[in-house]
Amino acid sequence: MDTFIQLTLNGLTLGSVYALIALGYSLVYGILKLLNFAHGDVFMVGTFIGFGAIQLLGGTVNPIVPVWTLLILITLAAMAGCAVLGVVIERFAYRPLRDAPRIAPLISALGVSFFIAYSMQLLFGSELRNYDTFSLDGGALYLEGFDIGNVRVPMIRIITIVSAFVMMILLWLLVSRTRVGKAMRATSFDREAAAMMGIDIDKVIVFAFVLGSALAGAAGVLFALRIPTYATIGFLIGLKGFTAAVIGGIGSIPGAMAGGLVLGFAESYAQGYISTRWSDLLVFVILILFLVFRPQGILGKADIRKV
Amino acid sequence: MSANGTPMLELEGINTYYGQIHILQDENIVVNEGELVCLLGGNASGKSTTLKTILGLVRPRTGTVRLAGEDVTQLPTAHRIKRGLAIVPENRRLFGPMTVLENLEMGAYLRPKADLKAEFERVYELFPLLYERRTQLAGTMSGGEQQMVAMGRALMSQPKMLLMDEPSMGLAPILVEKSFEIIKHVNESGVGMLVVEQNANVSLSIADRGYVLSTGRVVLEGKAADLLQNEELRKAYLGR
Ligand SMILES: Nc1ncnc2c1ncn2[C@@H]1O[C@H](COP(=O)(O)OP(=O)(O)OP(=O)(O)O)[C@@H](O)[C@H]1O
Ligand SMILES: [Mg+2]
Repeated sequence: MDTFIQLTLNGLTLGSVYALIALGYSLVYGILKLLNFAHGDVFMVGTFIGFGAIQLLGGTVNPIVPVWTLLILITLAAMAGCAVLGVVIERFAYRPLRDAPRIAPLISALGVSFFIAYSMQLLFGSELRNYDTFSLDGGALYLEGFDIGNVRVPMIRIITIVSAFVMMILLWLLVSRTRVGKAMRATSFDREAAAMMGIDIDKVIVFAFVLGSALAGAAGVLFALRIPTYATIGFLIGLKGFTAAVIGGIGSIPGAMAGGLVLGFAESYAQGYISTRWSDLLVFVILILFLVFRPQGILGKADIRKV
Repeated sequence: MSANGTPMLELEGINTYYGQIHILQDENIVVNEGELVCLLGGNASGKSTTLKTILGLVRPRTGTVRLAGEDVTQLPTAHRIKRGLAIVPENRRLFGPMTVLENLEMGAYLRPKADLKAEFERVYELFPLLYERRTQLAGTMSGGEQQMVAMGRALMSQPKMLLMDEPSMGLAPILVEKSFEIIKHVNESGVGMLVVEQNANVSLSIADRGYVLSTGRVVLEGKAADLLQNEELRKAYLGR
């Protein structure tokens, strides 16, 4: 039972990060019908910005600001930095190819992905970067928390899960309640009809990149709080985020959230009950099975476009 | 009806291409303030392309589009909408997974938030059903209901110049009549209109003037009453 609780907790932590990444894939795919392969690398840049910001704030042993301020500042820095990166990618790698055959932006996306990953490796080397959050307040983030049965739920996991869910709720409110959010949904359903309403499609596209990339930045920090990062981590994590988006039905926002969690749980249970060596493989098996047998995802529904 | 001779919309020497294919050829069309003009023509004669050219969804290679005297040929669509243009597109093009209310809201996308309430009231008064159905997903409505949403959505922006692309398509005869009544009603409130139709009789019976398009050229134009009598009109249709 304790094992199950522990694995569920791991799955929830992992899954909430995957969900944030999956949202970025879905937001962009929904509007541009483009698989933004560079998204995982935006996530990676987020992990590095968080790392850099920690050093700027004096490191984790002796930070110049209180712990909570530090956590918020590094997250905001990663979100802002990634948002800018997302806008730059859209502007220079995708926009010029807007009217090109669909394969062109896909290739461009792959190129951007390699470019970012290997530039980072060139600039910062390929070694692991550890946030060393254990040193914050003498390990308080790991020692404090609450227990479920014999399983400790440490503060560091609570932070990850709660922040991810808060961001997902905020995104949901934005998309369902605000005018710009509705414009995004309208654009992803029918771009030309949206333009007929006076919606500026270019702005909506940029907005989707800003949102998706900022979430990837946040996901990067939340992930790297506990797990070391490196320059080429974006490939694996990006593929997992993409798989999560596919599980939920790519283009669907609630789908991305659900898909992230499903994948997190699947990976965690596989690690615990089968083997850690096979868990990544499982992810790709799931991806392929979904792409072949249920490309519309678990939440995908029949197209309700009439006439 | 209250057409007073000031041009609201002008197309002058328009030539529009899709790739290498020359669609609109030296097209000249004028709609005066408050006028109801219909644009007739067979399939593939370029009616929808004309409306897209007016909106700026496609750009003419040569020629000028003017709104209330201002050259808007180079302006993006959103700027033209801001200047009082709106459209009920071919096949309605509703946002299927969004509610009726949200669809209407998208119609008022460029309106100041403060005016939204008044716009909703105006549209609900014209189409009480839309108020009852405001939380229904637009994609689940019947064809006739969808047509109301499309009309309401276009009216949400308080247009001065309304484009309609085959508003009667797919409607039962009784609904066709009803929708033309509404078109007439909206026009009488002072909105200039360019209505694309294949159904020449019904549309000419409420229009002030009409143009007939054939393979991208205006082959006939004149007062609606005259066109209704015109022998050539039938020929133009047959010769499409
Ligand atoms: N996006 C496009 N790319 C290439 N050709 C197009 C495009 N849209 C329309 N056409 C062509 O332009 C011509 C005019 O089309 P248009 O839609 O304007 O006709 P229409 O008069 O509205 O016809 P209908 O009554 O069938 O709606 C047609 O031959 C059509 O195939
Ligand atoms: Mg047409």
